[in-house]
Amino acid sequence: MSQHIVPQRTYIFVFLGLIGLTMLTTGVAYIDLGPLNTVAALVIAFSKMLLVVLFFMHLRHSGGLIRVVLLAGFFWLALLIGLTMSDYRTRSWTPAPDSWSSTAPPTHP
Amino acid sequence: MTEAEAHAQPAGLAHQFGDLEQQQSAATLGIWVFLVTEIMFFGGLFASYAIYRWLYFAAFEGGSHVLDIRLGATNTMVLLASSLTMALSVRSAQTGNRKATVIFLIATMILGGIFLGIKGVEYNQKFVEHIVPGLDWSPEGTVLSRLAPGGLEHAQIYFFFYFAMTGLHALHMIIGMGLLLWLVVRAHKGAFTASYFAPVEVVGLYWHFVDIVWIFLFPLLYLIGGRY
Amino acid sequence: MSTATLEPRVHAQRTYLNADYGWKSWLFTLDHKRIALLYLVSITFFFVIGGSFAVLMRIHLTEPQGALVQPETYNKLFTLHGIVMIFFFLIPSIPAVLGNFLVPLMVGARDLAFPRLNLLSWYIFIVGGAFTLYSAIAGGVDVGWTFYPPYSSIYSQTHVTAVAVGVFITGFSSILTGLNFIVTIHKMRAPGLTWFRLPLFLWAMYATSIIMTLGTPVLAITLFLLALEHLFHVGIFSPELGGDPLLFQHLFWFYSHPAVYIMILPAMGVVSEVIACFARKRIFGYKIVAFSSVAIAVLGFLVWGHHMFVTGQSVYAGLIFSLLSFLVAIPSAIKVFNWTSTLYKGSISYEAPMLYALGFIGLFTMGGLTGLFLASLATDVHLNGTYFIVAHFHYIMVGGAVMGYLGGIHFWWPKISGRKYPNAWAALAAAIVFVGFNLTFFPQFILGYLGMPRRYAFYPAEFQVLNVMSSAGATILGVGYLIPLVYLIWSMRYGPVAESNPWGATGLEWKTPSPPPPENFAEIPVVNEEAYAYSAQAQEATGD
Repeated sequence: MSQHIVPQRTYIFVFLGLIGLTMLTTGVAYIDLGPLNTVAALVIAFSKMLLVVLFFMHLRHSGGLIRVVLLAGFFWLALLIGLTMSDYRTRSWTPAPDSWSSTAPPTHP
Repeated sequence: MTEAEAHAQPAGLAHQFGDLEQQQSAATLGIWVFLVTEIMFFGGLFASYAIYRWLYFAAFEGGSHVLDIRLGATNTMVLLASSLTMALSVRSAQTGNRKATVIFLIATMILGGIFLGIKGVEYNQKFVEHIVPGLDWSPEGTVLSRLAPGGLEHAQIYFFFYFAMTGLHALHMIIGMGLLLWLVVRAHKGAFTASYFAPVEVVGLYWHFVDIVWIFLFPLLYLIGGRY
Repeated sequence: MSTATLEPRVHAQRTYLNADYGWKSWLFTLDHKRIALLYLVSITFFFVIGGSFAVLMRIHLTEPQGALVQPETYNKLFTLHGIVMIFFFLIPSIPAVLGNFLVPLMVGARDLAFPRLNLLSWYIFIVGGAFTLYSAIAGGVDVGWTFYPPYSSIYSQTHVTAVAVGVFITGFSSILTGLNFIVTIHKMRAPGLTWFRLPLFLWAMYATSIIMTLGTPVLAITLFLLALEHLFHVGIFSPELGGDPLLFQHLFWFYSHPAVYIMILPAMGVVSEVIACFARKRIFGYKIVAFSSVAIAVLGFLVWGHHMFVTGQSVYAGLIFSLLSFLVAIPSAIKVFNWTSTLYKGSISYEAPMLYALGFIGLFTMGGLTGLFLASLATDVHLNGTYFIVAHFHYIMVGGAVMGYLGGIHFWWPKISGRKYPNAWAALAAAIVFVGFNLTFFPQFILGYLGMPRRYAFYPAEFQVLNVMSSAGATILGVGYLIPLVYLIWSMRYGPVAESNPWGATGLEWKTPSPPPPENFAEIPVVNEEAYAYSAQAQEATGD
């Protein structure tokens, strides 16, 4: 890590921003936005994470390698969630064949 | 076979490194790689959560409304404050301020303790309401029984995730508290200087990561579907 | 092979083996070379255990109705054979033994980045192994190494939790090793050692480490969830509880498919080193081989659904996984082409390491090609759950990974032990292994194609001839594995003393005495040549 020393004021402003976003996300939960509630919650959570990562965890001043490592982590997480989810989302696209119908007689011996 | 080599070296420099900068750089890369493994570790839980939330949204919503949003929000802010004090502690170590390093570390521990205390209160509430899957599950008297047929079974899955995710998170907090205590002792003894403070930074990064996990757990568990 | 400039080690020389004595100097060591030997002994122990289960299975399968054990016991045999061989032998083998020993030497460093984490990772491995052995002794586990619920979570009466805990713990050993290698290779390369001057073994270890760090945590959380379900009868994998068994399979295979690349990539790295040395030629297409290693590591994470084609997974997901599975074969094939091109017009000699490497190329190619039969959705419907699969993965893991491991042990043995072994015996053992292996597993391709199911304790009588052939082959294979155990141990006391570079190979590890001193190098080397500078040596007589 570089010897860059972040001013105390920066940390305090970031903290206040984080508190503000927390109050925002809690407040938004009381408003009916339908499916956008989830989107808003995730967007706010991502923003809070960015603040913590960039400032508290010094990513702003870390080299490219650390950023690549972190991006790789998120990419792999997205892979895990996305590709697994794709199975569940697409199962219904192929209707399962009817195995039994109460009116049709069994045809196998 | 010990690290004690004959040649003179700066204090805190391990024999496999050429200089303190290389050592610090390696330590930083090491903790970031470790944090990525933690992302994947929690990631399995988040992936499973995502699938069941999509499958059983009504039950997840119902379960989420049983949680106390004020305690959740308070805990979120407590943990964010602890990240602030942790960052200030690292900064104090960077500037060679031994006393401030220790004070901010202790503040972080206190805030972490408050978080765990509130968590304990919440867990206790769940036992009182008999909505702890596997250990004390009889939600018939609660608002959950108003869920559609099959909903109670699916609500059990929601609460399984609640306890598994916050429980794993709390376990990481407890480990973090242990690491902080270790740092307090070492810092108090003057082990850290402006040129050697890697352990403080490493624990700091770990602590911030645990905070980030909670930043996601709060909306995903407490704020499902809104409360209007 | 040596010239006058290479002197055999003088007995009074200080090496990592004799610099300190006593059990404490071994169990509390921080020297990566000693830790590598701790792993060598441990994984050999587990190989014998896992191999014993295999021996019992092959004896049992000589009779169609089963010759040895009850079906319930047979289920425990194949389960424990898989668990022990995969988690306690194959996954650690090359990384924890050869990787730990060689990575610091090859980068020109005095140790790995985190020596204490290295020792911790061995202790974690031992504790995990202890849990697994306990469960084996206490009555075993019968859920298959794949642990599928709801059988493993609800119906099995065996020690599922103990084994799950054992494997969970051992996973952290893998994670820490991978972490250590990544940081070491990034931050501790000697002056002048740029990425494209690294030996390909290091590229292989780097790619393997990516998989170890990114994949193993998912296995850990999956086993954790399974254990919760088994213990508290609440969870997300069983239909009775509202869960989906396929979710377990998704999470399990997300790790376990890349895990097979943890097993094969290091062996490919060994093969690159050995082929270059015994063909006296630089590897053809160095950069392509390096990038292929990383490509295998990345693509390997995209194909896990091919283990689930017949489970009720979405057909569309199956399609995508099938396509990606074909794609992942490409970088592996590229490597085979590159090794073959390296051999072309090389100055080839047939020492034992080279025999193992050549065997690897042939057997891995067969294993890899049969994987394509399985990657294809339609043929997989017929072949899934049969002995075709068993043969396929044994060709890769035994014909590939184990031969690579043995080849590596034989190649670096002089460096590790300071002694040479008798090449005639080593070549004989390699030949016996090759013959025994093919006799064991080729019939299983046929059995699988004809429809014999795997994991069954009995089979139709018409399959007996092929099964007996397979069991006969297993006997020969076992002999082939025992012979090196004998002469390698023998060589430690009675083998001729080895010089720094008995093979005349390139690489920093050969520029230090055999065995190396504890600090590896008297002075940190400076690198100013490409990785396989064999043509520069060509002017001299075969040595360096």
